[in-house]
Amino acid sequence: MSTSPLRWLLPLGVMAALVLAWALAVKLNNLPPYVLPAPDTVLETLIKDRAVLFASMLVTLRTTLIALALAVAGGVALALLFASARIVEFSLFPIAVILQVTPVIAVAPLMLIYLSTDTAVLVCAWIVAFFPVLSNTTLGLNSVDPNLRDLFRLSGATRWQTLAQLKLPTALPYFLGGLRIAGGLALIGAVVGEIAAGSAGQGSGLAFRIVESAYRLNIPRLFAALILISLTGILIYAALSLLSWLVLRRWHESELGGRT
Amino acid sequence: MAPRAVSDGAPLLRLSGVGKRFSNAVTALEGLDMEVRQGEFVSLLGPSGCGKSTALRLIAGLTEPSGGRLDWGADEMARRAREPHAIGFVFQEPTLMPWASVFGNVHLPLKLDGIGRREAEPAILEALELVGLAGFRDAYPRELSGGMKMRVSIARALVTKPRLLLMDEPFAALDEITRFKLNNDLLEVWRRLRCTIVFVTHSVFESVYLSSRILVFRARPGRVSAELVIDPDQPRDETFRTSPEYAGLCRETSLALARAMDAT
Repeated sequence: MSTSPLRWLLPLGVMAALVLAWALAVKLNNLPPYVLPAPDTVLETLIKDRAVLFASMLVTLRTTLIALALAVAGGVALALLFASARIVEFSLFPIAVILQVTPVIAVAPLMLIYLSTDTAVLVCAWIVAFFPVLSNTTLGLNSVDPNLRDLFRLSGATRWQTLAQLKLPTALPYFLGGLRIAGGLALIGAVVGEIAAGSAGQGSGLAFRIVESAYRLNIPRLFAALILISLTGILIYAALSLLSWLVLRRWHESELGGRT
Repeated sequence: MAPRAVSDGAPLLRLSGVGKRFSNAVTALEGLDMEVRQGEFVSLLGPSGCGKSTALRLIAGLTEPSGGRLDWGADEMARRAREPHAIGFVFQEPTLMPWASVFGNVHLPLKLDGIGRREAEPAILEALELVGLAGFRDAYPRELSGGMKMRVSIARALVTKPRLLLMDEPFAALDEITRFKLNNDLLEVWRRLRCTIVFVTHSVFESVYLSSRILVFRARPGRVSAELVIDPDQPRDETFRTSPEYAGLCRETSLALARAMDAT
């Protein structure tokens, strides 16, 4: 099954069928573009407005990637701190959980009061991306094989050697799993931040284009922006999956694909 | 055949009245007296939970006794055995780092000692040669069978040329064919390196085949209940494995083990 062309053809076929159904529904019901634009109208808009839309895509992508980078730096640093002392973990973990469970859309207006628009959007994206990195890396750092730990002790390994050569490699697959989740969440956080900011009449990311298009009833452009957001998400996910595969393909079960 | 390892009988280390109580109030060992002599192959045989693995961890210094004393012999050999990296430890599981190649795994003890890849290479290749894995230096643990992983684990323990090799049921998880093969290879390594081996097992047949001395443990609390000496000059091969002497020794050891288990 894994090598069969069906694996590629079937999902593509389903996608094509959905787009066709969409096109037919618009044509048969004679729907005007401001209710539901046909796929070809959306594509046309995408090409016509490409300058504005791609510029916005870059803004959103940039916010997402910076937030992701900061989430990785902060999440890994805090996880290392957690792993070094249980007392730190007990003290700080509840705060990390509060940050995670409070819906970011509810925090966004507050951020917009205290921070500049760009920073507020960035902070929204960072808050949601931070937690999966932190919790997965912490889990990984705590998953060291106790026998290997004994072996390091017997060999007289220093704390630093144990961290660099045992704990970090053990945590790597967990971290990469968290990173894949964080990538998608960072985009969601960026979009949420932009929407909150956009309704205040500022911003220039893809989500702002969506809000703007909705106000102007420019539904084809709204669809085009939506497609670009999906595309950005897919791009991020694919890039992080590729990274994970490159790093783990020689040794980790998750990337071996049944080879033993 | 290579000359057998010399067991000159000088004590390498002695445990006197050693007790070990864990924080959950389980008493693993109480009043344990035992001695390990230089160059011997001594097996610690007993039912699970008799504290034989704990005794091994005490010797390795991985855990501290809660009572009694552990004394090392006074002479030069015993002193050398206490130097860093002079103790090799083999766990029940291969305990390999999945992210490192066979070469990288065997390199580990030397790397932690600050010896670089190039400098360590001859010792690593020699250790791999010793366990018959010379052609697998670039393989990853995932790509190896259970028996081969255990060989890598043994090579890693041998790479520092230890004076004392501690093995905690290393072959328990392997099939019998692989186990017999590794038994023979381990004896060959023991003869060539002339090191001391303390071997924890729950197999009567394995302990009789390998050891020059067997300490039978009883459980709750763990301590030595019997000692059997097997002529170290006896060649250990397939002829020995099927000989009446071997069968007799196994019967004797089984009886000692049965008595140890009745005593609890």
